[in-house]
Amino acid sequence: MAELSSDDRLDRPDDLYAALTDAHEGLSEEESTALDARVILLLANHIGAAGVTIEALRQARESVLAHREDG
Amino acid sequence: MPKSYRYPVYPYRRSADQDASSPAHHPVIVVGAGPVGLSMAVDLGLRGIATLLLDEDDTVSDGSRGICFAKRTLEIFDRLGVGDRIVEKGVTWNKGKVYSGDRLIYAFDLLPESGHKRPAFVNIQQYYIEDYLIERAGEIDGLDVRWKNRVIGVEPDADGVTVTVETPEGDYTLKCDYLIAADGAKSGVRDFLGLPFEGRSFEEQFLITDIVMSADFPAERRFWFNPAFHDGQSALLHRQPDDVWRIDLQLDADADREAEGSPERTIPRLKAILGEDQPFEVDWTSVYRFRCARLEHFREGRVFFVGDAAHIVSPFGARGGNAGIQDADNLAWKIAAVLERKAPEALLASYEAERIPAADENIRYSARSTDFMTPKSRVNRIFRDAVLDLAERFAFARRMVNSGRLSTPSVYSDSPLNSPDAEDFLSGIPPGAAAADAPLKHGGWLIDHLGGGFAGLWFASDPGEIDAARASALERLAAGGLPIRVFVVAPEGAEGAVHDLPVLVDRGGLAFERYDASGGAFYLFRPDQHVAARFRRLEIEPVNGALARALGRDKSRSDTDARTAHG
Repeated sequence: MAELSSDDRLDRPDDLYAALTDAHEGLSEEESTALDARVILLLANHIGAAGVTIEALRQARESVLAHREDG
Repeated sequence: MPKSYRYPVYPYRRSADQDASSPAHHPVIVVGAGPVGLSMAVDLGLRGIATLLLDEDDTVSDGSRGICFAKRTLEIFDRLGVGDRIVEKGVTWNKGKVYSGDRLIYAFDLLPESGHKRPAFVNIQQYYIEDYLIERAGEIDGLDVRWKNRVIGVEPDADGVTVTVETPEGDYTLKCDYLIAADGAKSGVRDFLGLPFEGRSFEEQFLITDIVMSADFPAERRFWFNPAFHDGQSALLHRQPDDVWRIDLQLDADADREAEGSPERTIPRLKAILGEDQPFEVDWTSVYRFRCARLEHFREGRVFFVGDAAHIVSPFGARGGNAGIQDADNLAWKIAAVLERKAPEALLASYEAERIPAADENIRYSARSTDFMTPKSRVNRIFRDAVLDLAERFAFARRMVNSGRLSTPSVYSDSPLNSPDAEDFLSGIPPGAAAADAPLKHGGWLIDHLGGGFAGLWFASDPGEIDAARASALERLAAGGLPIRVFVVAPEGAEGAVHDLPVLVDRGGLAFERYDASGGAFYLFRPDQHVAARFRRLEIEPVNGALARALGRDKSRSDTDARTAHG
């Protein structure tokens, strides 16, 4: 069973960050969300094991909700 | 009523029970002569159980209603003796196409492999299914069908059920050992027992229309997401016999039912789909809003619920009618075995243990299809549209496109009647799953030999390995008088009778492959053709144990079963 790796393993973090934000350049909020959805689907398929993406969703949701409690 | 079909009328006839001084007793009464109640009654009748079927009406279903009958259901209809008529009359289809907007994004084949007697699906109006089953019921001694007999009261007690029936000539009372409620989504029996029917309602409405037209479209299922001809909603087209076509159109949640069903509204929509030049006639129309719901229990003492009376789903996936007929298939042999004292009453608890998970599976699939088709929120719509977009270019996204996951038979993986594998099987048909079909060398099909009793398939790559002692021990195996019919499955080139056991010659090796039997195997089937147990090497004692377990006689299980049965 594959697990979500949260080790530090990205090869070019600054380039990726720039690419993430650049991809949304000139898009409306609606289009940005549509882009994110497509990226998630493409990456989830690349990963293959649905459990990995499901775990990432859980952790991401936890992170967002933690904010809510802080505020 | 549709004009494309001539409705039969089954006359009310007074029965002697109506003049009896005390309520007449029947072993089994089935309420409701729809496809599920009829299948149940015919199955019981063929098993020699005197059965009374009551229906409030005097004809078949108004409108085509359930039209898609899946392979496993057709195999059940074969066992009941109506399969050939249904398949000959029906439109066979295996292929489907999914469109987004006006673009084809995806085509599928539901039965990509050959070597099965029955296709993935046939489309046929529900009234034909009922018509043929009613005719079949008439051929069976001990099966009594009474029309214009409406059940107006049900009182169960520990020994049986008292049923009050209303007829054109007044009311009368009956008693039975078991009552089968097959009286549909608005089940009266459910109401008499005060049982809540809870679930989830969907807001969208659907317009279903049958039209008559001669058109040269292929026999395939077509589904559109957001078609230009129907303003961003979804649409489905299906072919039926008699040049009848089914069109389902999604409507807004707040659409006016009456207005939407009127010809002024439906005809322009149909013209938009079919083109202005295509002549057609509207045959039948209905507007509905669907629900997914099920009873908490499918059994209340001596009352059993089958089909829509027990569970309802949205129609995408054809999981309503098919699941109902599989309920009947599951329950009929068990009731018969218990009434004939060949199995303990504990066997009946397995109906719920097997069919409640099946209903939950169907509800889950159909709810997910509905959520995909009719996104309920902004985020749902964004992901749905992302999947449809990607599906045009990428195969992986096509597997997420959900226009209805079409009915496949449930596997009773956790059934108390299963004997778990003791040896390694990498594939094949696991305990709890329905039999797989395969073609035989001298014509005919494996599935037809399994019949309606316990059956054994002894896969012998070398029939010489079958010794006389085990063969005769097998032939004597019977639990409570229920024997196992054993067949030797032999590869091509190894024909000939083996110690008087009938031999089925596997054409092209498909049976050995589908049952993962190249190293030899013995499969034990229940009377509903589901696998009870399988073994790599045949020993008599484990087969005997598996047979006892499949009849609810397993001692390690009997305590819990007894509690469930009376709980």
